[in-house]
Amino acid sequence: MTDPARPPAERGAPEGHPDPRFARVPQAGPPAAPDPMRPVRWRVLRNESETHDTFTLTLEPAEERPPFRFAPGQFNMLYAPGVGEAAISMSGRAGAADRIAHTIRAVGRVTTSLRARRRGDEIGLRGPFGAPWPVALAHGHDVLLVAGGIGLAPLRPALLEIFDHRERFGRVSLLFGARSPRDLLFAREIETWRGRFDVDVEVTVDRAGPEWRGTVGVVTTLVPQARFDPAGTAAFVCGPEVMMSFTVRELERRGVPHDQVWISMERNMRCGLGLCGHCQFGPLFVCKDGPVFRYDRVAALLGVHEV
Amino acid sequence: METLEPIIAGHPFFQGMKPEHIRLVTGCAANVRFEPGEYVGREGEPAHRFWVIRQGRIALEIHAPGRGALTIQTLGDGDVAGWSWIVPPYQLRFDIHAMTATRALMFDGECLRGKFATDHELGYEMMQRFSHVMLRRLEAMSLQLLDLYGDHVGGHD
Repeated sequence: MTDPARPPAERGAPEGHPDPRFARVPQAGPPAAPDPMRPVRWRVLRNESETHDTFTLTLEPAEERPPFRFAPGQFNMLYAPGVGEAAISMSGRAGAADRIAHTIRAVGRVTTSLRARRRGDEIGLRGPFGAPWPVALAHGHDVLLVAGGIGLAPLRPALLEIFDHRERFGRVSLLFGARSPRDLLFAREIETWRGRFDVDVEVTVDRAGPEWRGTVGVVTTLVPQARFDPAGTAAFVCGPEVMMSFTVRELERRGVPHDQVWISMERNMRCGLGLCGHCQFGPLFVCKDGPVFRYDRVAALLGVHEV
Repeated sequence: METLEPIIAGHPFFQGMKPEHIRLVTGCAANVRFEPGEYVGREGEPAHRFWVIRQGRIALEIHAPGRGALTIQTLGDGDVAGWSWIVPPYQLRFDIHAMTATRALMFDGECLRGKFATDHELGYEMMQRFSHVMLRRLEAMSLQLLDLYGDHVGGHD
């Protein structure tokens, strides 16, 4: 519990905070190794709507802490006080950050609660967790990013990192599929990316009315026409599991070996440390061994029902 | 005189086809161009042609009462539009609509079916290639039906 004798700046939780988990924030004293199970307070700087059901929450630290560092593809456990935690990938530029962006789809209790947070509200954050996209391994190679729906959010930090060091990569392509035109994430930014000469961007939607002048069809149908060297390409794929399986099938048809494909898995993650077992995936834990896996290491498990 | 033969032989759809078969299908082919917005074919019309897109984008559409034209798939460079010419009753299943200026090779289905009757190997070869097109399209539509990004996806919170 909080110590009312200490000055407020030294206390982790706001006085009288209704959520006891905030009260576990350590008090001032010698720095200790951070407890990965303890949420740290972060403050909402911005809450911006992306589409009708997605939003980007930009957070800044609400308490003194060492700089936050993360790699593309890693995730945090965001804690909506009094509601619960959800695993959310970072969607902003990776590296050291004093502001962290998470792009979230409001589908459950926690994410719906997070959507209601406004500037100045505090939430809890644990992380970063998980294995990132192996962006450095792609140096000297073509890079193909295939995203479905909200799957573009965890890939965005990888793409931004590639843009920051564009000369280190060969041809770069982004294939993005969404349910309908109104579900297109980062629509304005995608237009900017389309205007660049150093990246091929193709967008498709599963269904559309006559107002849509772009491509219609599942994202997998973009793979056959994409320009890349199959033998020298690193493919990063993120989206619903079925979409990723069919994308890998298309990549196989193009001759991309399984050990050059990485996918980001989604499971019910709770502790983020591989201790609780909620995200067990055969012999692996998605939170600790993933969420990004090289495809050949999980291919056999993906075909098994109820793993 | 320059013929369409090298263009057809170089198109992905005909990749690997025997030269004698390329010659036979070339005899049923013509170069065509569609303006943006032009209808290439309408649902229910006799299907006596198919098109191999060289450059451009076309839409396969269904008209739903009260909802207008719904695009179910778009096709681009290298794709094939129209497989109804190969299966009785030879009737178009969708509207085919040019979304952009489109250059294509048009093949006369009646002409080809006549050649298949005497050259079964060519008929088998084309049937295999069109089965592949149909399979890929069926696979894509199955994924669309799954509604991959619907509300049921994710939400572990």
